[in-house]
Amino acid sequence: MSGTAQLMLLATFLPLLGGLALLFVPNEKREVFQKGSVAIMVVSFLLSVPLWFQYDRGSAAVQFAYSVSWMPSLGVKFSVGMDGISLLLWLLTTFTGPIAALCSWGNIEERWKEYYVWMLVLQTSLLGVFIAQDMLLFYIFWEVMLVPMYFLIGIWGGPQKLYAAIKLFLYTLSGSVLMMVAIFAIYFLQHKTNNTYDFSIESFQAMAPVIAQQTKAFQVLLAMAFFLAFAIKVPMFPFHTWLPDAHVQAPTAGSVILAGIMLKMGTYGFVRFLLPIVPDGTKMLMPWFLALAIIGVIYGALVAMVQKDMKKLVAYSSVSHLGLCMLGIFALNPWGLKGAMFQMLNHGISTPGLFLAVGIVYERRHTRMIADYGGLSKTMPIYATIFMLMTMSSIGLPLLNGFIGEATILMGAFQTWPWVAVLATSGIILGAAYMLWMFQRVMFGPISEVNTKMADLNMREIAYFTPLLIMAVWIGLYPKPFMDIMDKPVQKLVLQVQPDFYKAEALAAKQAEAAKAGMHGMEAGEAPEAKEHEASPAQHTAAEPGTATPAAHATPGGGH
Amino acid sequence: MQKIAWLIPILPLIGSAFNGLIGKKAGKKAVSIVGVGTVVASFLTALWVFFAMKDAPGHRLDLIYGTWMATGSLTVPFGLTIDPLSGTMMLVVTGISALIHLYSVGYMAEEEGYARYFCYLNLFVFFMLTLVLGNSLPLLFVGWEGVGLCSYLLIGYAFETETAPAAGLKAFLFNRTGDMGMAIGMMALFALFGTLTIGDILNQAGHMQAEVGFGVLTFATLMLFVGATGKSAQIPLYLWLPDAMAGPTPVSALIHAATMVTSGIYMICRLAPVFSLTPITMTTIAWVGGLTALLAATIGLVQRDIKKVLAYSTVSQLGYMFLGLGSAGFAAGFFHVFTHAWFKALLFLGAGSVIHAMHHEQDLFRMGGLKEKLPITFWTMLIATLCIMGIPGFSGFFSKDEILYLAFLKSPALWAIGLVAACCTAFYMARLMALAFLGEPRDSHAYEHAHEAPMTMTLPLVVLAVGAVVAGFWGIPKVLGGTFAVEHWLEPALTYGHAEAEAGSVHEGPAMMLMGISVAAAAGFGLFGWSLYKNGTEKSERLAAKFPGAHTILLNKYFLDELVEGYLLRPTRWFGNVLWKLFDVIIIDGIGVNLPGALTRVAGDFTALLQTGRVRNYVLSMGLGVLVLLYIFLK
Repeated sequence: MSGTAQLMLLATFLPLLGGLALLFVPNEKREVFQKGSVAIMVVSFLLSVPLWFQYDRGSAAVQFAYSVSWMPSLGVKFSVGMDGISLLLWLLTTFTGPIAALCSWGNIEERWKEYYVWMLVLQTSLLGVFIAQDMLLFYIFWEVMLVPMYFLIGIWGGPQKLYAAIKLFLYTLSGSVLMMVAIFAIYFLQHKTNNTYDFSIESFQAMAPVIAQQTKAFQVLLAMAFFLAFAIKVPMFPFHTWLPDAHVQAPTAGSVILAGIMLKMGTYGFVRFLLPIVPDGTKMLMPWFLALAIIGVIYGALVAMVQKDMKKLVAYSSVSHLGLCMLGIFALNPWGLKGAMFQMLNHGISTPGLFLAVGIVYERRHTRMIADYGGLSKTMPIYATIFMLMTMSSIGLPLLNGFIGEATILMGAFQTWPWVAVLATSGIILGAAYMLWMFQRVMFGPISEVNTKMADLNMREIAYFTPLLIMAVWIGLYPKPFMDIMDKPVQKLVLQVQPDFYKAEALAAKQAEAAKAGMHGMEAGEAPEAKEHEASPAQHTAAEPGTATPAAHATPGGGH
Repeated sequence: MQKIAWLIPILPLIGSAFNGLIGKKAGKKAVSIVGVGTVVASFLTALWVFFAMKDAPGHRLDLIYGTWMATGSLTVPFGLTIDPLSGTMMLVVTGISALIHLYSVGYMAEEEGYARYFCYLNLFVFFMLTLVLGNSLPLLFVGWEGVGLCSYLLIGYAFETETAPAAGLKAFLFNRTGDMGMAIGMMALFALFGTLTIGDILNQAGHMQAEVGFGVLTFATLMLFVGATGKSAQIPLYLWLPDAMAGPTPVSALIHAATMVTSGIYMICRLAPVFSLTPITMTTIAWVGGLTALLAATIGLVQRDIKKVLAYSTVSQLGYMFLGLGSAGFAAGFFHVFTHAWFKALLFLGAGSVIHAMHHEQDLFRMGGLKEKLPITFWTMLIATLCIMGIPGFSGFFSKDEILYLAFLKSPALWAIGLVAACCTAFYMARLMALAFLGEPRDSHAYEHAHEAPMTMTLPLVVLAVGAVVAGFWGIPKVLGGTFAVEHWLEPALTYGHAEAEAGSVHEGPAMMLMGISVAAAAGFGLFGWSLYKNGTEKSERLAAKFPGAHTILLNKYFLDELVEGYLLRPTRWFGNVLWKLFDVIIIDGIGVNLPGALTRVAGDFTALLQTGRVRNYVLSMGLGVLVLLYIFLK
């Protein structure tokens, strides 16, 4: 096993090991659990950081790979590794861990041992999902993570915690079971064609050409099974109703992890499984998928606008934002996919930030109703500033992270589905409306007597917001390192879905280059007349935008 | 050495960071020094870079500092372009900003949120300069949304009130709506040109033929124009600007009069070679501009709040600029941006001085007779008034007349609209001046305490007044023996070395006659307004009583705010509620999720009845089962 693979495994399983160790501490020692869990999460994060530097950005292959036989007769291996897409989400998870642990100090008042142990177990299962390179291993992590989340909501949640926890569990489970069926369908198809049993994700992706030759019905069913499993997790309209309940009932840390990481499992599933394994089936269902994505964008925003509970508002905003993310994925081109990846990261930074912000006032006044607040800027200036920055990041203001994702998604979607992209912008306008309207009602206006006593942020609270703010500004100002890391994997993915994509692009680029070369004389400020003849061939290519532009290859297979 | 141009936007950003992070602890004096100092330094740097640009070949500096985004075939650099257009705009922005920052030191002296104010104001300058200097559309868009944010923050500066944050939100949302148009336009341009660097787009556009009919390019430019209507307050997205007057007056002067609201015009000038390819868009721009100019000017006739009058005046003047652009007069439109920046900033700062003197009284009907108390304010504002009326010799005359002339060439109907708007302008400005400064004081208590503002406030007034007079001589029309130098200066930026000379400024035919008509009309209506209001409000009230219907409609701004509230906002919220309570809660959750859950539970409860625990029941069912099986197998 290479050193980097060791680091990866250590960072992944350290929370679980730490959790097991904490089992031997008596429940009364609250501080041990608080500080211990944060320490474990921080160490896990520190261990994960070197991989950011070690990752080879020039390759699309799975890196830090490690594989050992597990159930040979079934073709199951304990096989792990990451490419750029999983690495980013995996790092997002190790990054979120300490924040979630730290924000729990103030609002978990009982059964500390169980709470922090479950949280650590959850962390390992989340990390495991992103490193699994074996279908069965992936499925195990995918299912296991439900258990701790179920307890986090069911025990430490709000008044309707059981309803919310069971709803979350059953919803997700029903999707997972369908995915299981799809997995087995491919598994046996593989046996039929190659006479091998192999659960590795690579071999599943290699089945794409075989699947493409199956009947249309088979492909559609396969695509639908995967789609449902992931769409529930994302969640896409109309499978989203578990989310507001889960968020409202969950403790702050639960919401942070739910919004920050768990929702990304769904989108991750789309790019890792649905698109590369069943590309043609996806394209057949594309009109439906697109419709659900765009409905989600607008529906989520409209419903968010009329919410009276801050947490519910943020929850519905997630439906809207992830709808946009799905739109980027379904654009099936590099801009859209990269934008979607960015949107996953950004949503994993801004939405936890917003949930933390709601948690702050909830801890102080035990209400989340917007109407109970107003004018908080007066007494809580630091909070106001941070809340404002998180809001701006969420609504995609330039120089903060959200903008990069939204702009790239729209750019990509516009190439493929221009009118859908135009519709999606209405969701962005509404996004500004509901977020800023909430902000105005909570933070501005006259302040009531009871709210004047609310204390501003303390050091611990500032501490967990700081990393989020740093990331928001970093991605907003200089997204290039993140783009570089996902560049090759996204390229590979585009080829898997649209094999001819880059050929068309190369052709277009060549023509654009030729056109440019003809025009360069102009820039130097020479007399236009002298260059007129030289420039005229270029004139034709530029005048026919159809040939020299990205629009040329915007021909995905769907839409019929 | 020219590379230090990056300091121009960054210096105010440093000021903003200082004022925001430690300004409150550092004290008002430090905030003033940093806040004003960084902008002045930025202005001086801009001046230096401007002359470097003048000496550069082709009057153009392209400075690249690194890559911002790179994905697929799209690369967006961190880069600044300084050419005659952006260079001039940069000087206007930094220059007027410096003056208004100085003015703010006096105006905001008593404020508790002094540091916060300067933090936002400096940040605004940073974003505005990014908008102006950015060499790619995404960078321009950063500035575009950034100034919207600062505008939002500054309008809502008095956050403990109900109205200011609401006005800020309104401004932000109207702007955001426009911004999305802008974003769509950008995407369409990217689809067409395969790049978002402004220089590359213009280069390609220079080789293209004008689009016939409604094609992708027309769509793209129309969407960009939607963005311009948001930021520059045109029909249908202008409703936010009058409300934006809830912000401190220096903010109104800087952001909502001189700089930010002109960025729509700037953007169109920046992309002039693209816009001139799309005749449909150009005609739309001209008509929207003309109608906005007229609509806003009529509302301005009857407003009582001094800042509201000026706000509608701004909307109206912005309309003129678009009228100019749409009539193929990019240089004329931008020239009006330039002159308007001086005299409108001056008018707002003058109004601020009046409001300051009257202890935050903004109602014109409670002022009067302030001429003796505020001489500097009066005389400088009078100069600005003559400018905006278009009296020969003052800057507004040169720019407005050029626009009206080009509008006439485009369509005499547009010219007529512009002329009526000009008459209204002359009237409401004369009314404003007469109500504030002439006649008897109508609020004697406030009048007695009124006094001229401190040096930090009067100095900017004087400097702006000088600028307002001088600015016009940059563009003396050819019909008066001038050269319309501004057009020649801007040409490399506006045509990008491709298009032939603009249609305008030939000045043949009726040019002299048109000029005579507009000057006479402006002077006539100005005198009419002056005489109507110079002795108080009685005469005008009699006039209003004669036309009660028209007066009510104008006073209520054509009821457009009510229409938006009633037919757009309320239905949207209602629809959101329906989606939530009906669709989400009842249909999806109730029928789709909880009903199957409940059915499962009922089925479980029902079958549980069979589990009685009594052996005889089990034996009975077992026996029945055996009988059924026997029947099946032995049949």
